[in-house]
Amino acid sequence: MTEIKDRIAAASGPEEPSGPPALGLVGWLRWTWRQLTSMKTALVLLFLLALGAVPGSLVPQTSIDPIKVSDFLTAHPKLGPLYDKLGLFDVYKSAWFSAIYLLLFISLIGCVVPRLSVYVKGLRARPPKPPRNLNRLPGYQRFELSEAGDVLEVATRELRRRRFRVQSYDGAVGAERGYLREAGNLLFHFSLILALVGVAWGSLFGYRGSVLVVVGNGFSNSVAQYDDFTPGRAFSGDDDLPPFSLTVKDFEVKFQEDGPQKGAAREFKAQLDYQETPDAPEKSYQLEVNHPLKLDGSSVYLLGHGYAPRVTVKDGQGNVAFSGPAPFLPQDSNFSSFGVVKAPDARPETLGFEGFFLPTSYIGPNGPVSVFPDDLNPELVMTGYYGRPQPETGKPESVYQLDKSKLTQFEQANGDKWRFQLAPGQSAQLPDKAGSITFDGYSRWVKLQISHTPGTGLALAGISLAILGLMGSLFVHPRRTWVRVREEDGRTVVEVAGLDRGPERGLGDEIQAITTALKPASSSTQEQP
Amino acid sequence: MSPETYAQVSNLLIPTATVIYALAMVSHAMEWALGRAAVAKTAAVKEEVLVASDGATVSGGAGAVPDAPAVEEPASSERLDAASRIGLLLTWLGFVLHLGGVVTRGLAAERVPWGNMYEFSITASLAVAIVYLIFVQRYKLQYLGLGVTFVVAAVLGLAALALYTPAGPLVPALHSYWLVIHVSAAAISGGAFTVGGLVSVLYLVKARAERRVLAGGTMAASLRRLPSAEAMDGTAYKVLAFAFPLWTFGVLVAGPIWAEHAWGRYWGWDPKEVWSLVTWVVYAAYLHARATAGWRGRGAATIAIVGWFVFIFNFVGVNLLVSGLHSYAGV
Repeated sequence: MTEIKDRIAAASGPEEPSGPPALGLVGWLRWTWRQLTSMKTALVLLFLLALGAVPGSLVPQTSIDPIKVSDFLTAHPKLGPLYDKLGLFDVYKSAWFSAIYLLLFISLIGCVVPRLSVYVKGLRARPPKPPRNLNRLPGYQRFELSEAGDVLEVATRELRRRRFRVQSYDGAVGAERGYLREAGNLLFHFSLILALVGVAWGSLFGYRGSVLVVVGNGFSNSVAQYDDFTPGRAFSGDDDLPPFSLTVKDFEVKFQEDGPQKGAAREFKAQLDYQETPDAPEKSYQLEVNHPLKLDGSSVYLLGHGYAPRVTVKDGQGNVAFSGPAPFLPQDSNFSSFGVVKAPDARPETLGFEGFFLPTSYIGPNGPVSVFPDDLNPELVMTGYYGRPQPETGKPESVYQLDKSKLTQFEQANGDKWRFQLAPGQSAQLPDKAGSITFDGYSRWVKLQISHTPGTGLALAGISLAILGLMGSLFVHPRRTWVRVREEDGRTVVEVAGLDRGPERGLGDEIQAITTALKPASSSTQEQP
Repeated sequence: MSPETYAQVSNLLIPTATVIYALAMVSHAMEWALGRAAVAKTAAVKEEVLVASDGATVSGGAGAVPDAPAVEEPASSERLDAASRIGLLLTWLGFVLHLGGVVTRGLAAERVPWGNMYEFSITASLAVAIVYLIFVQRYKLQYLGLGVTFVVAAVLGLAALALYTPAGPLVPALHSYWLVIHVSAAAISGGAFTVGGLVSVLYLVKARAERRVLAGGTMAASLRRLPSAEAMDGTAYKVLAFAFPLWTFGVLVAGPIWAEHAWGRYWGWDPKEVWSLVTWVVYAAYLHARATAGWRGRGAATIAIVGWFVFIFNFVGVNLLVSGLHSYAGV
């Protein structure tokens, strides 16, 4: 960038003083603009961008893992709020990070737009006249002829063949090639802007949500059905969601059963039935990791899976207070899964249970754990609570946690905490004839992510064009070449000379080759000794 | 051959390649030592010449740096060349074994051999060797032998000793042909970043020596054999200019496309993504610095070295220190 600016500055007279000029508002604004669009500022901003991106990889981010952020806040009561003020939990949306990249892009635009017009002018300009002293150029050859003949025409043809643009002058030709270098450079920078527009579009108008669906159950695409939902800033609501629905018919998972990677997942597959609109015919799809289902601009991804024990709770009066699957969340790689079962309608007292589902249960020294992620020996190990019925508050409650503030834990006759361990099909009686719980069986659940990111194609096109431009700017090497014929002490001297912009790459070889091409055709009559 | 046999062959080839690279490193170290000794012997002779033409030599104009001494003893010069050639030959031998080790590892696992940290390490160090061997004749990189063999032997040794994981199948998220495209692009550009970083380190050393000479000092004997600082700057640029578009493709095209398939977003500020972007930004700064007055030369070379460190941190540190979506098979 400075390369060009230097030349413009050199062409338009002495350089401006480096300090801010005492020219009032306009002069000051001009000075600021010039500073902002200078290459040095671009360099500093690039470094700031690199530096600014780093904390986001080291400090937990709300957008990636909100639980880790709240853990961090609890663990660091002093540092946490400070970090929060600095925006370190959401670096990539923070004001200062945005400021860096916006300044960088203003600087970029301010730099490449003027260059575009310089380039267009340069395209129309003819290759320049030969400088006076060709022998001072890095590539130089000369030979003598008895008479000039058509050496310049031959040179023109030879240079054109070598993809030079050629201009004839009196007694000389000037040639230039490598115009695509700057074209590539400009394409690269403009395409980056294009890519960023695509990214911005996606984050404004897109959405992303996830939902946990127990196998056998369905999902229809509306905001209320999601477990969590992150809309873009310009996302307007349910109207923007395609009205598809789906049912998870089956889920299959395979784990490595032996070897050092025992327990590692090898394959997940979910069988879906879906309808693109409520009236559309039902179709089926096999959903796998890396194989999302694409529906009218939205995509459905398989993100995770787990177990949902099916239990039936009967209350002290013998009525069924809860029946169905309760999704438990895996806590470790062997799928020891934690979860709760709530029976707020149980009477005379409400009931609640919390504990673990263990797909391959093993009673170790620290109590029961799961030792393999597949369901080889499933067991439910839980404890129970009771409390007085509470009026409906309407406040949303987590389905994965039990609010124990108004509950009392069941105790055995000897005062120990009451707990039960059940295999599928078994039941346990609650103490004091409070009711019973039956472990009917278990289902699997899958976690689906549904997202829509418009502008992805634009971002991809932008970055691909940027690479194309980059290759032009890095691998095209501009070169100027001149051939001149003049009389010297009654003899005809032909000079061939060249100059590379940027690092020299085989300039001497090409000058030599051009010289060789000129020699035989025109000096066939008489070769100089 | 069965996968088990391939695995055994691979486990034999990788440590052998490490040893051969280490021997190549010893040979190149001898080359440097001989360079120092050869010049020391002739220094006395040279000193007299220098004293005689002192003013002329020192004020020889910009960039005029004395070449290797003309009056070098032929015997030690031959030994020096031999050490250099043997080093390169051993590097080729190590490379062939290394390549065999990586290929048999892939055959043992029945997939591309970069599904965990051990495999990333043996493949990435192979990429360093490939880039070096491709460019060694073209850009006369023999002086890089010591650095390259050291890096490759160290990475391979560390992989075999600390990171070894028996060959096994992939976790589901890696089941994609983008694994081949994304990782190979990243590994090859990483190899070039390493070569470019090593050249830049030697550039800084040589440029400092050249400045001393211009200020009237003398150059350390072993440094005279290096190409001029300007030539090394050009070499670093060519290697990094090759790496940068490839890296852009690997982490800003192939990576996001795959992330879109696997995780439902093409960019999510995962630590590995962040550090890949940081690496990209640093090398973008390098290319700009080479075109900026006041940053050419020393400034640009320093940025190239910073970029190399950032790349290495991304490759190793992010997996070991930060948890993210790019953690597979333990590390």
